[in-house]
Amino acid sequence: MTGAHDGYYGRPIVKEPVWRPEIPYYLFTGGLAGASSVLHGAARLAGNERLAKSALYVGAAADIVSPVLLISDLGRPERFLNMFRVFKVTSPMSVGSWTLGVSGGASTTAAVLELLGKLPRVKALAEIASIAAGPPLATYTGALLANTAIPVWSEARDELPWLFGASAVASAGAAAALVTPPGLAGPARRAAVGGVLAELGLMKAMQSRLGFVGEVYGQDQAGRYAKISKACTAVGAGLLALGGRRSRPVALTASAFILAGELALRWSVFKAGFQSARDPRYTVIPQKERTAVRQRGPCPPDAP
Amino acid sequence: MSTVAPASYGAEAKPRMGFFTDTSVCIGCKACEVACKEWNLVPADGADWLGHSYDNTGQLDANTWRHVAFIEQDKPLRLDAGDFATADAEPEPLRWLMESDVCKHCTHAGCLDVCPTGALFRTEFGTVVVQEDVCNGCGYCVPACPFGVLDKRHLPRRPEDAPLALPMFGKKEDGRVWKCTLCYDRLKGGHEPACAKACPTDSIQFGEIDELRERAEQRLAKLEAERWNAPRLYGHDPGDGVGGFGAFFLLLDEPEVYGLPPDPVVPTAHLPRLWKQTALAAGALVVGVVAAFVGGAE
Amino acid sequence: MPGLGTSFGRGGATDYQQDLMNSDCIVIMGSNMAENHPVGFQWVVEARERGAEVIHVDPRFTRTSALATKHVGIRAGSDIAFLGGIVNYIIEHERWFDEYVKRYTNAPVLIDDEYQDTEDLEGLFSGWDPAKGEYDTRSWRYEGMELKKGKPPKGEQAGHGGGSTMVRGGVPPAEDMTLQHPRCVFQIVKRHFARYTPEVVADACGCSIADFLYVAEALCASAGREKTGAFAYAVGWTQHTVGVQIIRTAAIIQLLLGNVGRPGGGIMALRGHASIQGSTDIPTLYNTLPGYIDMPHTEDATRLDQWLEFHKTQAGWWSKLDAYVVSLLKAWWGQAAREENEFCFSYLPRIDDNNSHYWTVQQMLRGKVKGYFVIGENPAVGSANGGAQRRGLAKLDWLVVRDFVEIETASFWYDSPEVESGELKPEEIATEVFLLPAATHVEKDGSFTNTQRLLQWHFKAVEPKEDCRSELWFYYHLGRMIRERLRGSTRERDRPVLDLTWEYPTMGEHEEPSAEAVLAEINGSDDKGRPLAAYKLLQADGSTSCGCWIYCGVFADRRNMAARRKPHWQQSYTAPDWGWAWPANRRLLYNRASADPDGKPWSERKKLVWWDPEQEKWTGADTPDFDEQKPPSYRPEEGAEGPEAIRGDHPFIMQGDGLGWLYAPQGLEDGPLPTHYEPQESPFDNPLYAQRSNPRRETNDLPEDPYNPVGSDRFPYIATTYRLTEQHTAGGMSRWLPYLAELQPQMFVEVHPELARERGLSHGGWATVVTARSAIEGRVMVTERMRPVRVRGRLVHQVGLPYHWGQRGLVTGGAANDLLHMALDPNVHIQEAKAFTCDIRAGRRPRGRRRVEFMAQVRAS
Repeated sequence: MTGAHDGYYGRPIVKEPVWRPEIPYYLFTGGLAGASSVLHGAARLAGNERLAKSALYVGAAADIVSPVLLISDLGRPERFLNMFRVFKVTSPMSVGSWTLGVSGGASTTAAVLELLGKLPRVKALAEIASIAAGPPLATYTGALLANTAIPVWSEARDELPWLFGASAVASAGAAAALVTPPGLAGPARRAAVGGVLAELGLMKAMQSRLGFVGEVYGQDQAGRYAKISKACTAVGAGLLALGGRRSRPVALTASAFILAGELALRWSVFKAGFQSARDPRYTVIPQKERTAVRQRGPCPPDAP
Repeated sequence: MSTVAPASYGAEAKPRMGFFTDTSVCIGCKACEVACKEWNLVPADGADWLGHSYDNTGQLDANTWRHVAFIEQDKPLRLDAGDFATADAEPEPLRWLMESDVCKHCTHAGCLDVCPTGALFRTEFGTVVVQEDVCNGCGYCVPACPFGVLDKRHLPRRPEDAPLALPMFGKKEDGRVWKCTLCYDRLKGGHEPACAKACPTDSIQFGEIDELRERAEQRLAKLEAERWNAPRLYGHDPGDGVGGFGAFFLLLDEPEVYGLPPDPVVPTAHLPRLWKQTALAAGALVVGVVAAFVGGAE
Repeated sequence: MPGLGTSFGRGGATDYQQDLMNSDCIVIMGSNMAENHPVGFQWVVEARERGAEVIHVDPRFTRTSALATKHVGIRAGSDIAFLGGIVNYIIEHERWFDEYVKRYTNAPVLIDDEYQDTEDLEGLFSGWDPAKGEYDTRSWRYEGMELKKGKPPKGEQAGHGGGSTMVRGGVPPAEDMTLQHPRCVFQIVKRHFARYTPEVVADACGCSIADFLYVAEALCASAGREKTGAFAYAVGWTQHTVGVQIIRTAAIIQLLLGNVGRPGGGIMALRGHASIQGSTDIPTLYNTLPGYIDMPHTEDATRLDQWLEFHKTQAGWWSKLDAYVVSLLKAWWGQAAREENEFCFSYLPRIDDNNSHYWTVQQMLRGKVKGYFVIGENPAVGSANGGAQRRGLAKLDWLVVRDFVEIETASFWYDSPEVESGELKPEEIATEVFLLPAATHVEKDGSFTNTQRLLQWHFKAVEPKEDCRSELWFYYHLGRMIRERLRGSTRERDRPVLDLTWEYPTMGEHEEPSAEAVLAEINGSDDKGRPLAAYKLLQADGSTSCGCWIYCGVFADRRNMAARRKPHWQQSYTAPDWGWAWPANRRLLYNRASADPDGKPWSERKKLVWWDPEQEKWTGADTPDFDEQKPPSYRPEEGAEGPEAIRGDHPFIMQGDGLGWLYAPQGLEDGPLPTHYEPQESPFDNPLYAQRSNPRRETNDLPEDPYNPVGSDRFPYIATTYRLTEQHTAGGMSRWLPYLAELQPQMFVEVHPELARERGLSHGGWATVVTARSAIEGRVMVTERMRPVRVRGRLVHQVGLPYHWGQRGLVTGGAANDLLHMALDPNVHIQEAKAFTCDIRAGRRPRGRRRVEFMAQVRAS
């Protein structure tokens, strides 16, 4: 006989996701691909061809790895084309699959044509498609996670798309700075540092707004990954800001730290979901509070 | 006549069918669990002794589509001590709650909304069914269900599996998501689902949802008149967070005591806001990246 | 069964499960109906929904208690004290149904003045012979009752009003309708139960006085013209050394309250197996012939007419015993059975002793049994004292087991606790074991006869696989092969086998005998081979044959009545057109009692059958359990015999006097009235009498069956065994099926939190339960549903043991029956599985050789 908040013998009420490690890796690579196409587009507009090419190749690589990761995680990988049977706006995964499909095809085409130096008009079209698909690709995964019954994700619906977007920008910036000579990598460095700062601020805001449910970010694996992420991104951003322009090795190290940190961030959010599903209290308590508020009415009773 | 079947069914649409599970007459016999497995050829779920009172099944999942919960409580079943008790007698504080849980076939079904392949669909009876020949096991529906009903079915490796048969190279591991179909095939034949047929005390009642809702209200009124201890209906209200359940319940305690969410809301309810945030974030991403170019290439 | 049989005339449930919805108060006791009769339980729920009180009296709070309106916890083994208290309450508070008691029961009858009660003899009745260890029951008789020479019928036939064979005449010799005479049954019953006061009951049973009074008052308030109450019981009553007497006490209550034969009344005996009723009707019992006819005994007369003279009653339907026996002999020996050879009566084998299951096992242990057929049963797990069962098997020459899987009874020789511990060695066991695969019920035609005497036919749906065969196939071809070997023999002893009617049509490639042909033979036919429609058409001159007189009518007009399936919405709620119930498709027995002595219903609300003066017959919603044309005013002439000797206002037509027996002058081994005795193993002496336990209980002195000493602090807890819904009896049909095995996968032991604390047990951990017989292990289930009882000032815990597990199957575990002893009820030789003593300790049991050492220590101390 258990207290009501422990639910039924302490068993989870909602199910933990059945997703495997491929998914947090994909959150990272997908964000990287999406933000990289935007960076590529902005670089082209700014005339920074070298940076544009870096971002294009990084983005294309990420765009090739991403679907492989996702298909691998399917229970029936041979049926991956079924993702294109329908297009549903009620399903962030449907929207995302199409977006990834467009982005993947476009980035790869553009990158290959860039390498080969052929079909410039086709390449331009491909680039435009890739750039257009970039922002949704980098942010929809936040909607994907928030559009579930997992308490720590669902309650963070106002933050997760922003968080993932910021993390994507940081990753894209850091990756581009990794493969671009420092003299031309300034915007990449600024994007990376700016992304890290935004991401750190958003994490803090999210955790504080989540309240009791957000405590999972301080516990077990979610907590560990969060700490690693904070440390790595802070160190990386600091290094990049202070020494990234002058020294290639410093830029490389810094970028690596940032990339590691952003990957760890995705893992932290991923694990937090599992932890919040596992303990029924995270489902029961907020819902009971909600019910109580509804029954009381939105205004507090008159105080004496 | 309620129907939630899409208009595209046209003349094929039927009245909405569902379950009213009245736990006040459940005897915990688990005939529903067994009948469901026999009809639907659901695999055995593992012979683990859980000792959750008489519940060794644990939860709904890919291989359990009816799950009987048992809760022993130091609370009386009724608020008075019985018709033949002496004036000072107090009610006996021991009761054993039993409940057959099942997929709720929600009016607004989170699983259906998020399914990217269209494997999950709404039948002409208003029920929610997974097409096993379409599902590719992406698993999105699993965390999207506020009740934790769906799950991916894993089958163990067998000796005849090829040595390098990793999932992505076509090993015939099941990998799909399964859940209660409300015996769609039986409904098409004009029969009631296997669990309802097997239930000896009619705890599981099958029928048109409007009629079931009316019956449930009368049932609740009767139990209240008989001074049962806090009976309530769960999921019968079309105004709740999933638009009312297609399979709703009469419970004798708070939903969370049974492992049910107190205030389930379909994730899709928040989706417009969520897309808005995503769009804004996407826009901010563009602005942010462009802003990074202020200050030149260095 | 003899409990009901001696009280009412037939040893079967008086009621059918659907009728429970008509009850105003249902007491479920000695039964866990929701768990073990879940489908029938829906009618109890229906009764509750209509406002009935549903009371569950049981040592455990079970799934039945969860749906009851009241649960009363009692000490396992104290049922007679509790029920006796209710008898006392009814009489003390003058709540009996006066007209019913006076007119329909033997309450007014005077008893012989030599009779002495337990009140006089400190717990014994008159006639106890300590040397023989049995009662001379002559002093129990009605005043003026003549006694026949020889042994009175016992056991199962006593269970069917055969107990009335001593009664002469349709009217008992002496009675007092004012119920005041000190020797009238009513006053004897009153005096006998006077000491069962609420205080005594609470002290003996461990319940509160308030709870006891609740039950007593609920029953009393649900009696009379307008209301009825019912009892439902199962082996929670039968499996005691006083089992039959527990049932008798309920019968007394129901007769006093006027509930028998009325809708929503009676006693619903819940038999536990799909065809258990059938297995006593067409018996697999050693001491009866089909239809509860006594098996001839070596001490009986050898001539048929003399044998009949002794066994038949003068009045009632047992007076036609000659017709039933002769028709049975014609069914078995056909043309060979003629008047000249007494219809082959001498061909019937005779019993010379107790040949019951446990007695046979005891003989096995003594090396006296050569061969054993075990068909659809698993005694190595399902019978008391599993170790003795298996050791007995090891002493056979040969063993034949027919089952779907290799059950523990077939595998004992290489896979059993005794082999594990080295006490038995496979190479030293000489038993030759034949394991033959059996067809399941969907692979053969046949019938089930369930707890409410309902025959339901089932049709073969698929052919059995490979070598699996039905029982019918097995016995038919076994008989055929034996007869072929004996063909041409001139020995006298082979005639009974060679003269048998053994020609049945066979079908299919396996030559499966036609089950319907067998049913037709059971139904019986006239001299032209036409099926008979009713047992009253049976003749004693050899012109009729009938394999079982109570089933006569099931195949009337060549229609398989058992196969009828008219849906319930197309007929009345008694559903007479679904299947066929014996006798003569009556659903509610003794239903003459639902009308008053003048034939009018006691009330509109409780009417069932009544006399229609215009049509001059009995009519109503059920087939009348009475001569259809006999008016209420009928009085038999002097010297009338048979059914004509029963009056028009005496409903219990199988009894020699047509009355319900509050007091049973004959038919039972251990007393005309029930008496609280302690179980064989108990922490207590008898709180009510100096005589501790049933003096007639059957014990043995085999080393394999030692008993825990009374009140021993080595075995301080009360234990009880039981079934769970999810598994079935000895597990042969459930432990091998994944869908069932996963629902209850492990043996577990139910204990109260305080007992857990006392013994260091934790929920989900392991415990070992110990008796003088064995030690088994199980997972610990800590639950408040196993409440301790305060008896004689002491708080004693009770331990719960489901008994489904054994060595083999998808799920395995300790077998609770290994803990049990083989002390038995004297009337039906049934084991006391419901109340014994034990110890319980934390941890798993010792394994291998160490278990032997451990048990030696346990027995030595």
